[in-house]
Amino acid sequence: MSLASRTRSSSRTHPPSEGSRPRRLSPGRIVAWAALILLIVLTLFPFVWILRTALSTNAALFTGEAGLLPAEPTLVNFRRVLGLATPEEIVAAGGSGVTFNFWLYLRNSLIVATVVTLGQVTFSAMAAYAFSRLHFPGRDALFYLFLSALMIPPVFILIPNFLFLNSLGLLDTFPAVVAPFFFMTPFTVFFLRQFFLGINTQIEEAAKLDGAGHVQLFTRIAVPIMAAPLSTAAILTFIQSWNEYMWPLVVGQDPSVRVLTVALSLFRAGSPQAAPDWTGLMTATFLAAVPIIVLFLVMGRRVVDGIQFSGVK
Amino acid sequence: MSTTTSTRTAAPNLPPPDLWHRVRHSDTSVAMLFLLPSLLGFVLFYLWPAIRGIWLSFTEFNLLRQTSSFIGLGNYQELVGDPLFWHSMRVTLLYVVINISIQTVLALAIAVMMDRLTQSVVVRGIMVLPWLIPQVVVGLLWLWMLDPSLGIVNEFLQAIGIPSQPFLGSPDQVIPALAGINIWRHTGYTALLLFAGLQTIPGDLYEAASVDGASEWKMFWRITMPLLRPVLALVLVITVVGSFQVFDVVHVATGGFGGTPGGPANASLVIYLYIFRQAFNFNNFGYAAAMATVLFVLLVGVAFIQMKLLRASQSDLA
Repeated sequence: MSLASRTRSSSRTHPPSEGSRPRRLSPGRIVAWAALILLIVLTLFPFVWILRTALSTNAALFTGEAGLLPAEPTLVNFRRVLGLATPEEIVAAGGSGVTFNFWLYLRNSLIVATVVTLGQVTFSAMAAYAFSRLHFPGRDALFYLFLSALMIPPVFILIPNFLFLNSLGLLDTFPAVVAPFFFMTPFTVFFLRQFFLGINTQIEEAAKLDGAGHVQLFTRIAVPIMAAPLSTAAILTFIQSWNEYMWPLVVGQDPSVRVLTVALSLFRAGSPQAAPDWTGLMTATFLAAVPIIVLFLVMGRRVVDGIQFSGVK
Repeated sequence: MSTTTSTRTAAPNLPPPDLWHRVRHSDTSVAMLFLLPSLLGFVLFYLWPAIRGIWLSFTEFNLLRQTSSFIGLGNYQELVGDPLFWHSMRVTLLYVVINISIQTVLALAIAVMMDRLTQSVVVRGIMVLPWLIPQVVVGLLWLWMLDPSLGIVNEFLQAIGIPSQPFLGSPDQVIPALAGINIWRHTGYTALLLFAGLQTIPGDLYEAASVDGASEWKMFWRITMPLLRPVLALVLVITVVGSFQVFDVVHVATGGFGGTPGGPANASLVIYLYIFRQAFNFNNFGYAAAMATVLFVLLVGVAFIQMKLLRASQSDLA
């Protein structure tokens, strides 16, 4: 914990290394740049390839035409997955006959990720405020109890949580899919508490002297000051919730609540072994990642900074 | 500050010492209010299931009949004599060793390169992108790229004169292939965490060393590694413990189309998958809970030993 404060303060005062470190274009630097560029290409290539596949026809894949550009470029796969294609088109494009109700699963993923984000960030921020600003007996003990839950392997509580929601008769409902993540996660509480601790309390002290209660201090002063870290936490929570697989697989396979990750997995499991519909599967797979990629393009810096901060906590 | 003015005008109207005022301004009651939702979630979905999970491991639980009978250490005895449990532990360990060794070295190299060559947030963003997309997407993407007959990786191998490989379809290659997929997914993220650690090393140390004529190689071993050690240790604990818990990618990328995840022939039956199978396919909730308990204890032990060995809580940066 002492690491956190030092790390952040020093990274703020420590100027970026441009200028402060030697910058000569030695052979070593050229090799290092080449290696870095190669790694960037290797990182990005699968994204290019999935898009290339999604824009090709199934028939063209079998002829083994190489090259980065789509073989027989077409939008039929996107039309198929988005439900815009006619039955004849689907058969012609090599659809496996397994239906993939993209819009429904997209809606479900959006509902789950949004509800989880709103609940988790709100309640975790309240807890973080209590743990960083209020004084009450057993505060640190309770905080470390929360923190110790970080060590619990998800599969260990998966089974009891499943049995609990099953006994409530809530399987295949939205409440079940969001429940374990809605109220808090140890990580988000911890993440936000560290930010609260790093924030100057002068304004809060002034408002307190003016007679503001803690509820006012929290909603009118702490939350606005914390807007940036709160939105970082919200983005990270949204992404994590969007990507969640094991829990919705267990409690939410019914189409009415099935999220995209589970839907993709079931689509694969139901595909015929002989002639899998690769272009359809890759198009759906690509589309399932699009919201995350878009979010990342818009909020990339915040995500990167948030991850870096979480690492040196 | 509209808040301060509004409270200032409101304050005289309040009779100061009334009960509501005292309750409102006493930390303990406010803390209760603030902690109520998260505490409810913590108790219902972390604390209580953790206790129940341990209790379940001593029972035989039948979901259909909703009956549970206490069988003491029965599940644990069964586990010790279950060859598939030991097999899944070996498979998981192999995965962890391949994954962590390559990933950590690669991530360290990338972190140093990013630190020394460019501070560009775009580069860091690209490197972390595979970690941000759903693991299900990663699994399906590589299932396609590694396909024995149509996959691009085999086309590439053939182009340079190497025969086509079965990868995920081969008992010998499936775990290295899964480790490789995860290395693609996770290295950038690990590198980003290490990069954040590198940023805390004062730049003047390198300046002084290069004035003294130290090479990059020497600076890496004499300055970077010692000062990065606490962060590296924490990152190792996180990645090793996380690596033991691999599930999503294995569940979607193995067993082929219409097959059982964990294949071929249980060659990729990692421990999470085996626990999952015992619980949700075979309805053996008590037995699955016992395996999960063993895994929990094992992971706490692994984390503890790593912290001790790597002296994670001490810094050399005096």
